Amino acid sequence: MINRIVVFGRHGREMIESVGRAGQFLFGALAGVPDPRVGFPLLVRQIYSVGVLSLAIIVVSGLFIGMVLGLQGYTILSDYGSEAAIGQMIALTLVRELGPVVTALLFAGRAGSALTAEIGLMKATEQLSSMEMMGVDPLRRVIAPRFWAGFLSVPVLAAIFSVVGIWGGMLVGVEWLGVFEGSYWGNMQSSVSFTTDVLNGVVKSVVFGFVCTWIAVYQGYDCVPTSAGISSATTKTVVFSSLAVLGLDFVLTAVMFGDF
Amino acid sequence: MSVAKDPYIELRDVVFSRGERRIFDGLSLQIPKGKVTAIMGPSGTGKTTLLRLIGGQLKPEAGTVMVAGESVPDLGRKALYRLREKMGMLFQSGALFTDLSVFENVAFPIRVHTRLPDDMIRDIVLMKLEAVGLRGARDLMPAQLSGGMTRRAALARSIALDPELIMYDEPFAGQDPIAMGVVVKLIRDLNASMGLTSVLVSHDVPESLSICHYACIVSGGRIIGDGTPEELQNHPSDEVQQFLKGRPDGPVPFHFPSVDAAADWGIAGPGQYGDGQ
Repeated sequence: MINRIVVFGRHGREMIESVGRAGQFLFGALAGVPDPRVGFPLLVRQIYSVGVLSLAIIVVSGLFIGMVLGLQGYTILSDYGSEAAIGQMIALTLVRELGPVVTALLFAGRAGSALTAEIGLMKATEQLSSMEMMGVDPLRRVIAPRFWAGFLSVPVLAAIFSVVGIWGGMLVGVEWLGVFEGSYWGNMQSSVSFTTDVLNGVVKSVVFGFVCTWIAVYQGYDCVPTSAGISSATTKTVVFSSLAVLGLDFVLTAVMFGDF
Repeated sequence: MSVAKDPYIELRDVVFSRGERRIFDGLSLQIPKGKVTAIMGPSGTGKTTLLRLIGGQLKPEAGTVMVAGESVPDLGRKALYRLREKMGMLFQSGALFTDLSVFENVAFPIRVHTRLPDDMIRDIVLMKLEAVGLRGARDLMPAQLSGGMTRRAALARSIALDPELIMYDEPFAGQDPIAMGVVVKLIRDLNASMGLTSVLVSHDVPESLSICHYACIVSGGRIIGDGTPEELQNHPSDEVQQFLKGRPDGPVPFHFPSVDAAADWGIAGPGQYGDGQ
């Protein structure tokens, strides 16, 4: 029994230490004023790498999720003769929940894992060490642009996801199942609030972007520089990011929409 | 090591451990300015760790590490990075940036630390690549280079800012005889032409002794022998001679410490049957 408590305590302490190290790491990467002459081209390159190249998976996923929502929504709502509310249902579901959450999960799987593997490989092949020995801080040169790129990309990708999803829902609901187009857009317009729904969705995606990218770059930088270490770090990135997104989504939803 | 008149690097009573394992236990070493110093020793004795202590990537638990008159472990981040601009390091893997061409790899430290115009950077980079014989390979990517070429490109990058000190981490490891000859020539020529202080970490005895002015052998966390190559060749220590001659058994035993072989295989030891049976 005592041994179990000791093991539990040790794991707890290690977890707190790890969070502390990750905080120090992020502060080291983001502290100080960056030189725009150097930083801006690096940021643009990373936004292309983690943001633009994630567009395909985001657009395709958004389209199919919107279409599925249209199909399921129509089936349920038509039982109550309320199929005209399908636009409102799809928009609220996407803007409040599925847009930020699914985008963050896809981002963690596609871009987060790639960030971890790239940074881990740079560590394993001594590229980060050689940078340090050249008097260049890898936290600022390698980590900071990747972090900012992920942080800025996720909200934009989430917005694109929601827009494409709403369009996909319209394809199924209006074009296929025959819901009146005016009802689809009109109900959406009257029931979706910019401040309550859209802005809260944006806040969620900003938080998810911050957390997912932080986890990805930290796991890469902190990994054991071997093939097994990089593999383990990449897995951790996807698992930790997914759990963090789902957990934080509940907390944020409770704070934003909970009526206590 | 005998006390150098003008040491560029001085380590005094350095203690360093990795986890439970003590790597250095009061190691002291002086590296003279403008000379090639070889640090040799068996694998796993902490030779690369020694370079990382000199470069400030690791901090000792005790003792001092002085480079160019500055105490490396006590330097703040900015001062340490400024000191590193005077250092070049050739990593064992080359550590070229895989997303940049050979030209851009060599230009990298110049672009970061200076505000020179592009045409001047181009001239400097081509001069450095010419020095290592890779001017014609400027547009190749690291993945297109052989092992020897990778190391030469990395060497060109490490001398891009005309450092005062250059550290070579296992420069001969995994090289074919021609590539090894090229690296030996480059280290010797660069040291002579640029007046560098060179620290060479290796376990390749003939190559290291052929180019160094001084050498020391590290084993078991301490220096077991040092001096000029001639002095080392005549060193009285069995441990030094075992390393230099590559003898498989000696003070460093062939067998990793283990329990008694008879007990391991489950057969009765001599004591059970009596001597001689």
